[in-house]
Amino acid sequence: MGTTFVRLHPKNRVLGWIEDRLPWLSFLSAHTAGYYAPKNFNFWYYFGSLALVVLVNQILTGIFLTMFYKPNAAEAFASVEYIMRDVDWGWLIRYMHSTGASLFFVVVYLHMFRGLMYGSYKKPRELIWIIGMLIFLALMAEAFMGYVLPWGNMSFWGAKVIISLFGAVPVIGDTLVQWIMGDYLPADATLNRFFALHVVALPLVLILLVVLHIGALHEVGSNNPDGIEIKEKKKPDGTPLDGIAFHPYYTVKDLFGTGFFLLLAAFIIFYAPTFGGWFLEHDNFIPANNLATPEHIKPVWYFTPFYAMLRMIPAKLPGVIVMFLGIVLLFFMPWLDRGVVKSVRYRGLGYKIALGLFALSFVMLGAVGAGVTAEKIPEWFGADANVTTIENAFGRFWLFVYFAFFAFLLIYTWFGKEKTKRVPDRVTTHD
Amino acid sequence: MIETAIVTSTRHLMKRIAFAALAAVSFAGVAHAAEEGGMEPMNIRADDIASLQRGSRLFFNYCSGCHSLEFMRYSRIAEDLKLDEKDVQSSLIFTGAKIGDKATNHMPAALAAGWFGKAPPDLSLEARAKGSDWIYHYLKSFYLDPSRPVGWNNTVFPNASMPNPLWEMQGLQVGVKSGEGSDAKVEKLEIKTPGGVSEAQYDQAVRDITAFLTYAGEPAALKRTSMGVWVLLYLAFFTFLAYLLKHEFWKDVH
Repeated sequence: MGTTFVRLHPKNRVLGWIEDRLPWLSFLSAHTAGYYAPKNFNFWYYFGSLALVVLVNQILTGIFLTMFYKPNAAEAFASVEYIMRDVDWGWLIRYMHSTGASLFFVVVYLHMFRGLMYGSYKKPRELIWIIGMLIFLALMAEAFMGYVLPWGNMSFWGAKVIISLFGAVPVIGDTLVQWIMGDYLPADATLNRFFALHVVALPLVLILLVVLHIGALHEVGSNNPDGIEIKEKKKPDGTPLDGIAFHPYYTVKDLFGTGFFLLLAAFIIFYAPTFGGWFLEHDNFIPANNLATPEHIKPVWYFTPFYAMLRMIPAKLPGVIVMFLGIVLLFFMPWLDRGVVKSVRYRGLGYKIALGLFALSFVMLGAVGAGVTAEKIPEWFGADANVTTIENAFGRFWLFVYFAFFAFLLIYTWFGKEKTKRVPDRVTTHD
Repeated sequence: MIETAIVTSTRHLMKRIAFAALAAVSFAGVAHAAEEGGMEPMNIRADDIASLQRGSRLFFNYCSGCHSLEFMRYSRIAEDLKLDEKDVQSSLIFTGAKIGDKATNHMPAALAAGWFGKAPPDLSLEARAKGSDWIYHYLKSFYLDPSRPVGWNNTVFPNASMPNPLWEMQGLQVGVKSGEGSDAKVEKLEIKTPGGVSEAQYDQAVRDITAFLTYAGEPAALKRTSMGVWVLLYLAFFTFLAYLLKHEFWKDVH
C-alpha cells in the first residue's frame, strides 16, 4: 500500500460518531497527508491536478448549462444564444465550459507526454497508464458529443463525418451508422441521445475511471523526473527518504499551479473566448443546415492529429484502422518499450530523438488536420502549387514518423541497442 | 547552497512558465491572423457607445426591413447603448414591437426568397460567423452589375442576392474590369455617381453599422471585457499568495 492509513478519532462527538462507523476522514487523510510523493516533481507534474480542476469545472458549469439548454433540434441553437444573452452570467458559464473543453485536452496531452518522458507507464505503473488511456478515450467521446449539442452548422457536419466513420465497418456499416444516429442524418434523435450520453453516461464513466486512476497510483506510488523508485530507500519510520507528504507539500504547490492556470484560463475566457476560431469555430455560429456544407469541415483542434491520420490514407476503412491504431498502440506502450531505465534523463540518445520526433509528428499532423498546411502551401510554394500533392507528402511523412516511433522503440529496446546512463540512487533536484 | 538551489530552480520554473505563456500568446496571434481570411483588418471597436448608437440607428433604418436580429431584444439594446427606452420605441422600432421583444421583422421568408432568390438571413450572429472585417468590406464592395437579377454585385461576396441598401449615401459604384468576356475580373471599384455623403462619412457609417453588428453578435462582450481586468488582477494576487504559501511550506524540504 502506497498510503499510510491511520485511524483518526476526531474530538468532535458528531464527527467521532461518524468516523467510528464510516472512517471517511481517515480515508481522506491516508490519501493526502498519508501519501508520500517524490520531492523532485517539476513543472510537468502540475497537469494531473490541473486535469482534475478542469474536470470539476466541466461538471459544475455543465450542470448550470443543462438548466437552460434544450436538447431538441428545433430549439438547441436558440437555447445556447438564450444562455449567452438572457441568462444571468450565462455567457460566463458557457465560456468556462467551452474553454474548459479545450484546456482539458491541453493539460491531458501534456500529462500524457510527461508519462512518455519519464517512463511513468512502465512497471509497476502499467495499469495507471491503461486506465489513463481509457480516460482519454472517454474524454474524446465526451468532447465530440458535447461539440454536437449547440447544433451549429459545424456540429451537424462534424457529427455527420465522424459518425459516418462507423460506415467503414464491413457488412453492418450502414446499419450501424443509422443505429447510432437514429435517423438517416444527424437529427433530433441524434441530438437527444448525445445529450444523454454527454450529460449522464460519460461523466459517470469519467469519474469512475479517474477514481481508479488515482487509486492505482496511490497503490504503487508516483514516478518522478529521475524515474527512481523512492520506496527503495526508506527512513527508520518507514516513509521514503526522498518522499514528502502530498498534503501539505503538494497541495500548496498545486494550489499555486492552479492559480497560474486559472490566470491563463481567465485571460482566454474574458479576452479571447473563441481563441481566434480555434476553441469556438466561426461556422458554429450558423445554425445546423443539412443543405449548406461549410467550406472546410474539420474537427476542433484537439482531434486534428487523428483526423489527419484518417485523411492521409486514401481509402476509408484503412484510414479508420490507421487512426484507431494511432490510439491503440499507446495502450501497449508498457510492453512495446522494453527498456529498464524510466526517465528520459538517463535513457539513450535514440529514445530522446525518437520522443522529440514523435511529439513533433503529433503537432504536424494536427496542423495538417486543422487545414493550416492547406492554407499555407500556396503562400510557400506559389499559387500554382498542387496543394493536395504537397499536403499528402507532408502529412504522410509525419504519419510515418508517428508510427515509426512505436516500431523503433520495440527494436531499440528488444535488441538491447539502447546505451543508457547510470541512474542515480537518490533524486537529484527539487524545489 | 540549498537556498541557491531553490533560487535557481525557481528561476528555472519562472523561465519555463514565461516561455509557455509566450508560446500560448503567439499561438493566439497566429490563430487570429489566420481568422481574417486575408482581409485587411479594420480594428472595429464594439465598445464605443456613440458609434454603437449611430450604428443601431443606421441598422434599423437601412437593414432591418429585410434582416432580423432574432436573438436581440430592444430593451437590451436600450440598456447597453445607454438609450432611453422611449427613444428606442420611437426611433428604432418600426414593427410595432414591444420594448422587451426581439428584433424580428415582418418579411415573409417564402415571399422574400421569391423576390431575392434567397430569404435575407438573420444577422444576430453574422459578425461571429463571418467576422467584423468581412461585414465592413462587404458593405463597401457593392457595384452595379446589369447581369444580376437585382442589378448589383459584390466583390467580397460574388453574386450576392442583395442590392446595395446604402447607395444613397455611398453613391453608385462600378467595377473596373480587366480581361475580356467571361475572363473579365473586377480589378477595383470606382464611384461613378457621388452619393449624399463624403467618402470619409460613408466609411464612418459602415464602421458604425459593423460595430453595432459586432455588438449584436455578443452583447455580453461589453461586460466581459470590462470585468475581465478585475478577475485577472484578483487571480494574479491569489497566485502570488499561493506562491508565498508554497515557498513557506517548502522551506523544510531538504
